[in-house]
Amino acid sequence: MKGLVFERNLARFAASRMVSVLGGSGRGVTVGPLRLTDVEPPELPGPGWQQVRPLLAGICGSDLSTLDGRSSRYFEDVVSFPFVPGHEVVGTLADSDDRVVIEPVLGCVARGITPLCGACAEGRTGGCERVAFGHLSPGLQIGYCSDTGGGWSAAGLVAHDTQLHPVPDALSNEEAVMVEPAACAVHAAVAAGVDTGDTVAVLGAGTLGLCTVAALAALSPPGSLLVGAKYAHQRRLADELGADVVVDPDQLMRTVRRSSRSLEASATLTGGADVVIDCVGSEESLAQALSMVRPRGRVVLVGMPGRVTVDLASLWHREVTVTGAYAYGNEDIGGLWRRTFDVAMELVAAKRLGRLVSARYPLDRFEEALAHAGSAGRRGAVKVVFDLRARDRFRGTGPSTKGPLS
Amino acid sequence: MSPRPGFVLEVDRSTPSTLFWHGEGFRLERLPVGSRVLYAPEPVDALADPVAAIRRALQEPLGDCAPLSSLLHPGMQLTIAFDDVSLPLPPMRGPDNRQLVIEQVLELAADAGVDDVVLIAALALHRRMTDAELRHALGERIFDAFAPHGLLWQHDAEDPEQLVHLGLTDHGEDVEINKRAATSDLLIYVNINLVAMDGGHKSVATGLASYKSLRHHHNAHTMAQSRSFMDQHRSELHTSNWRMGRLIAAAGVKVFQIETNLNTDTFPEQFRFLQRREWEWTARDRAGFLASSKALQATPDRVARSIFHSIRSPHKMTSVQAGEVGAVHERTTENVYAQQLLEVEGQTDILTMGLPYICPYNVNSIMNPILVACLGLGYFFNMYRGRPLVREGGVVIMSHPTPWAFHPGHHPSYIDFFEQVLAETTDPVEIGKYEESFATDPWYVHLYRTGNAYHGVHPFYMWYWCAHALEHVGAVIVVGGDRAAVRRLGFKPASSMADALEMATDVVGPDPSLTHLHSPPLLMADVP
Repeated sequence: MKGLVFERNLARFAASRMVSVLGGSGRGVTVGPLRLTDVEPPELPGPGWQQVRPLLAGICGSDLSTLDGRSSRYFEDVVSFPFVPGHEVVGTLADSDDRVVIEPVLGCVARGITPLCGACAEGRTGGCERVAFGHLSPGLQIGYCSDTGGGWSAAGLVAHDTQLHPVPDALSNEEAVMVEPAACAVHAAVAAGVDTGDTVAVLGAGTLGLCTVAALAALSPPGSLLVGAKYAHQRRLADELGADVVVDPDQLMRTVRRSSRSLEASATLTGGADVVIDCVGSEESLAQALSMVRPRGRVVLVGMPGRVTVDLASLWHREVTVTGAYAYGNEDIGGLWRRTFDVAMELVAAKRLGRLVSARYPLDRFEEALAHAGSAGRRGAVKVVFDLRARDRFRGTGPSTKGPLS
Repeated sequence: MSPRPGFVLEVDRSTPSTLFWHGEGFRLERLPVGSRVLYAPEPVDALADPVAAIRRALQEPLGDCAPLSSLLHPGMQLTIAFDDVSLPLPPMRGPDNRQLVIEQVLELAADAGVDDVVLIAALALHRRMTDAELRHALGERIFDAFAPHGLLWQHDAEDPEQLVHLGLTDHGEDVEINKRAATSDLLIYVNINLVAMDGGHKSVATGLASYKSLRHHHNAHTMAQSRSFMDQHRSELHTSNWRMGRLIAAAGVKVFQIETNLNTDTFPEQFRFLQRREWEWTARDRAGFLASSKALQATPDRVARSIFHSIRSPHKMTSVQAGEVGAVHERTTENVYAQQLLEVEGQTDILTMGLPYICPYNVNSIMNPILVACLGLGYFFNMYRGRPLVREGGVVIMSHPTPWAFHPGHHPSYIDFFEQVLAETTDPVEIGKYEESFATDPWYVHLYRTGNAYHGVHPFYMWYWCAHALEHVGAVIVVGGDRAAVRRLGFKPASSMADALEMATDVVGPDPSLTHLHSPPLLMADVP
């Protein structure tokens, strides 16, 4: 069966980086270390593991970053090659045909590690300290581990029982494939620690940005939720999902200034937003976040950053907290300790996040799919997914889906 | 020989193309046969000896007022307020009227032994003038005598220490003005009257007021009820200012008003063709037009802007009158009308106008889209007495590049207003809900007080200025403007005049009547 495999090949990695720099994100795939090949279904690592046949598998910003050769070398020891990418997955269990969403983080339980690390013991599997250890090859998630397979393969993947979330019948596949990014957003919204009345600025309105807006509006609505969105469809969606003010990214600082009634000095606001959530993860966005957060405010990095050069003088002087928000596990939601995926499932249904799925491609058109995902905003799209329902290739499955297969 | 009056031309097949201003450039448009083109009266004669006329005006005041020399005495506190950089347009060649008048006033004050004199630029909520602008308005001698000693002030409407609340009018309007001006033994106001709206009680009640006071007449309701604000007797804006003026007088503030009229000799020699009727263009005019047009086409916007803003207009003082505010202003208004009024028979379906590079609020600055709207719908639309030139439900077609560009130092709040407020609504009444937050924004207040920025609330005033026109017309079309910027204003973009006329017929029907306001030079339509 066909699957996309990412191999360790430094020359192709460099070529991919060069092409993506010149041609845009997702373009480097033509020369990069990703190839479509015959793939065997991964073996079950042990008891408590299941074979999963992907139905839809999303293309995430972190996938593109890896394929473009832009991801940080930090990840080198927490992935294992070759791997099949794809961690945003809705699929069916091979045994029962039941639909499930995969929670891809490979924590201590999945790795058979006892005693559990501190993070896993607390239920914060996203912070697992043992992602390079145990009976599995290194890999922080399914989709980055050579033993588990990933969503971008018709051969399927394997997942531990603790990673499987049954999908209610009411949820379409398009909605279900949005549960993983929605879970990231739920975690980010919680990590933001927003108080009633706070001014929160969200930088970026791609999938993560929009999901974060939805999560904030649903779980901890701030006094004022300001969003910088580059494209018209992103602005419309941000508005629909609960933003109070949506502006072009280059207008966001002025909007924050107005909202917080700040002055300006040295291109930095004297006051600013209580919380800035960076859903872009670039050098520019981090600098922008630092310039618009208030003294002793909080910057939450949700978009995956890499190596950046940023002037940290204002961070030091203004005692700003910068924190990352990666993945999920369990969250304190209104005093209840809940699985992030459960909350995300509700969020997807309540906010109809399936509408963010803009295009679906078969695996054999992966070059087009990745190019589309790499320029999603410019092309009026949000989430691009692989459609692995081979028998249903040419049939649309949801009223809100549009794209090459619809 | 007396100057020729204004002229209404009916376009026929032999009529040459009509010149339209188009920002820092021009367009020649062929208007449909039967269209009317309104040409301004030619400039009235300048005073042969303006200094002598000023002296005479000061000694022979109008209304219930003693000669200025008798009002001056040793030990008194004298404040001289003067119009700011928004007047005249374009800035006039030196010596400026303000310099000529203030020099004579200071001479009389010195003769009388008055040594406590302060000059105040009556900014209201306009930007602070630069030293160069003050030097130009007042002349080097006055600037050097006052500025280094801290005796040349710029009114600060946000400094509570500089303001005094004189009370409420019988309509409950706060009257809060500059304390130094209000508490002086004599306040002399020196005005330059370019259009009929200027001067009178508006000089002090607006020019030296605070936001708390201004908001009573600078709002959508008042502006919509000022029909037009070039006609004082039908202008709520003026009625409110006059109430405030009466209260200022009743509070004991003694105002000696000096108003000057200018003729409409607006452009220097190289742009003479702008003041001539096209069919009377000489070979030199045609050459001037072609040379200017070609050169401007090849010139970057920034350079073109700089060239135009360096124009010093040759317009000259045509009269000066001093004394009691009401009597002075009555004479001034007569003079304005004598210079600018043109009788026009009946309204039109479509009113076209070419908007120039300058309006009162972008001297040495950028004509941003809000100012484009204000110049067209606030000023040019309101250049009427009687009835608007365009009929109710008619169409205004403006020609201007309308760039999505702002001067960040002069118009910071305009940027936010354009991006945030107009993105939500262009209704002058509805925008009012944002006014307070802009007016009290500490950053805008800071920039107004310490930089050269217009007050945070100023873009709202510009939009209120359009209220009457927006209520009256059926559509506004902008020819040759930045499409996104034009749409943000709520107007329709057109790439050519022909397209605009076709779009206009969707609103006013086929075979519409069309009138073109060939201005500047300024003219005011008298539409019975």
